[in-house]
Amino acid sequence: MKKLTNLLLIISIITVTFLSACKPKNLNNAVSGDAAAKAYVAPGKYDEYYNFVSGGFSGQMSVYGLPSGRLLRVIPVFSVDPEKGYGYSEETKPMLNTSHGIVPWDDLHHPELSQTNGEIDGRWIFGNANNTPRVARIDLKTFRTSEIIELPNSAGNHSSPFITENTEYVIAGTRFSVPGDDENGDVPISTYKKNFKGYISFISVGKEDGKMDIAFQLQCPGINFDLSHAGKGKSHGWFFFSCYNTEQANTLLEVNASQRDKDFIMAVNWKKAEEYLKAGKGRKQAVKYAHNYYNETTHTAVSEIRNEVTILDTKELKDICYFIPCPKSPHGCDVDPTGEYIVGSGKLAALIPVFSFDKIQKAIADKAYEGEYDGIPVIKYDAALYGEVKKPGLGPLHTEFDGKGNAYTSFFVSSEVVKWNIKDLKVLDRVPTFYSVGHLCIPGGDSRKPSPKYLIAYNKITKDRYLPTGPELAQSAQLYDISGDKMQLILDFPTIGEPHYAQAVAADVIKNNSVKFFKIDENANKYVSKGEGTTKVVREGNKVHIYMTAIRSHFSPDNIEGVRLGDEVYFHVTNLEQDWDVPHGFAVKGAVNAELLIMPGETQTLKWTPDRVGMFPMYCTDFCSALHQEMQGYLRVSPAGSNVPLTFSTGTNMPKEEAATK
Amino acid sequence: MKKILILFSIGISFMLTSCGSEKAEETQSSTESVQTAPAGGQENVSDDESQKDVVKVAVSSKDHTTLVAALKQADLVTALSNAGPFTVFAPTNDAFNKVDKATLESLMKDENKEALQNILQYHVTVSAIKAENLHDGQTLGMVNGDNIKVTVKDGKIMLNNSATIIASIPASNGMIHVIDGVLLPPTK
Repeated sequence: MKKLTNLLLIISIITVTFLSACKPKNLNNAVSGDAAAKAYVAPGKYDEYYNFVSGGFSGQMSVYGLPSGRLLRVIPVFSVDPEKGYGYSEETKPMLNTSHGIVPWDDLHHPELSQTNGEIDGRWIFGNANNTPRVARIDLKTFRTSEIIELPNSAGNHSSPFITENTEYVIAGTRFSVPGDDENGDVPISTYKKNFKGYISFISVGKEDGKMDIAFQLQCPGINFDLSHAGKGKSHGWFFFSCYNTEQANTLLEVNASQRDKDFIMAVNWKKAEEYLKAGKGRKQAVKYAHNYYNETTHTAVSEIRNEVTILDTKELKDICYFIPCPKSPHGCDVDPTGEYIVGSGKLAALIPVFSFDKIQKAIADKAYEGEYDGIPVIKYDAALYGEVKKPGLGPLHTEFDGKGNAYTSFFVSSEVVKWNIKDLKVLDRVPTFYSVGHLCIPGGDSRKPSPKYLIAYNKITKDRYLPTGPELAQSAQLYDISGDKMQLILDFPTIGEPHYAQAVAADVIKNNSVKFFKIDENANKYVSKGEGTTKVVREGNKVHIYMTAIRSHFSPDNIEGVRLGDEVYFHVTNLEQDWDVPHGFAVKGAVNAELLIMPGETQTLKWTPDRVGMFPMYCTDFCSALHQEMQGYLRVSPAGSNVPLTFSTGTNMPKEEAATK
Repeated sequence: MKKILILFSIGISFMLTSCGSEKAEETQSSTESVQTAPAGGQENVSDDESQKDVVKVAVSSKDHTTLVAALKQADLVTALSNAGPFTVFAPTNDAFNKVDKATLESLMKDENKEALQNILQYHVTVSAIKAENLHDGQTLGMVNGDNIKVTVKDGKIMLNNSATIIASIPASNGMIHVIDGVLLPPTK
């Protein structure tokens, strides 16, 4: 037997060699000769696409160019960014305010671009905070966070911030079910089934200004909501969510939430919910959540605490929610460009079910239910099912579409991307990714109009892909050319934080709208100095306000005296430049917060509390000109009670009397 | 060793002749020299310092040579070298020996790869379950899509009433429970 085993082993080695060596015909690791040319963007040339990639646990969103993989920008969203002064300047601090106070970090999972008629319109991109539930809106004219809204009744805002096809709503489903905010949360954890509920927020988005407001929340059974996508085209008016832990376990979910053979996709008829809302069927609930808005004219964020949401109870209000059985803890919940097919990817499932919107509608009309789950009808699996992709790979997670009838699904366990045809459910191609792929992105790949030139796989593990950097390695994106029948790997590039979902869009949709500077005449910041003539230093009790300007290559004032220990100093720095790409930075010694990075025409404020008597230099941190190194100044701090008068100046090199005596 | 090398090279030349058509042309037409990574996936990452993953644990066990050969034949090495978490029920060589020899040999043939994959995937679940978290009456959903029934009697943990866990070995990406029988998926 031993001999046999040995022989078997040898044979299998040969077979494995033979098989794995054969695989590259599907492109395996072999990067073919034209890969570099395909990803090459010559110096001086723009990329074809913007790629917005979630920063995961960095709390930020990063912007890359495709196909080069150039990092273009890191947009601070939910985490402070000392580089840009975000969350440190007085103007931006309110952006991170929540009902818990200032939260300086979060976990941004999914970017979603705004759409009009199901097509990316390039106006805004949304991102979700997974930990302290919030949704942010980033303005793509400035690539800055414009607005953040907190979500009550939620915990772990994961199935978010997916949007309807005209950006009517951004939705946010709770990952953790919890007792409602107006209920007593001081209950035993083991009372999950009785006391915990899942809430889904429908956030309305202002047509013109993009302003967010929680229109209503759906109160749903206490389970975990994972991901979601809106219906589109024929299924516009519906939303689909993947649900897991329908076992309603409250511990060791690794084991206890994998007991049932099927969990659910939840189909939500949000037009019906709107009808109920209009008919006054909602329940007003007292809650507390922050809404933060950054005004581009005052260059200042304002945070307000709101106190009420309207709840629609989906158990009482029939015809809003339906469950569809879906195998094994579905993760991705993706809707094809036609809106007819809904793909649920059970991460523990051995197949991918594809549900039909038409069949779901018919099943509802026929009441083809197998029963109810916590008051919500459960549609019979076969009544909703279009078909199954059999044995597609191991650990299906997410699906994107090319608009040509094909779907691309990532497989975490088998580290591959599989292309399959939606109509006949046949696998057409598979390529390995390196390694442990999570999300995928095709430009417009979750919209009605994909632009299927590239596919990007976002991978968790990069051992052996990048030079070692200690215990942690960069996560990575891998770019595939999908313009032909076979997928072709053409580029690796590292990403910041952990790339969850991403979005990409043709550069033309965004680039021409980019703001180059803020008009100084329109600057309505309370502390603006519109020219050097209006700079001043004003004492209000122990508060010292320094109205300062920055222009190549000096600050005005750059000599300040009369500040005393015990004072709170506010540097209100206005960048007077009216020229593209000329920010000035401002830093002062001993600042316990950060620098300021002030865009042309903008005013930003750094609060500074001197901790000792002495001389404090300040300088411009962002290289601005040949005389950047000369752009500096001094602030003198005297003891408390000192009679040194408050003075400020620029260009007065030495006091007159001293100059005279020299 | 020499023999293996010869066989190996036969294997390679077989590969070149049998599947070269598409790939070979591609390579020939490519004028640039392109560096390629070795075939396969995470199992090729060179790292002798970290805790062993489930595959490496199995490879280092002299009692699991049949299982390892089968995993390779079923193309499951890459998947099981992944982050997991996995629980692998690992039949010993003795357990495989209990299977009818002809059946086993037939399963190792290329044309029966899918059947072999089905059986091996029936030995893996995605979650790292310690022995103490296996309970009497518990159902485990396995990677192939079928379920395994757990029974616990007098401290012995049995699967499908046909295999008993005889040892448990933690690995970096999951748990290996060594079992004394091969689990067969339900026939459909």
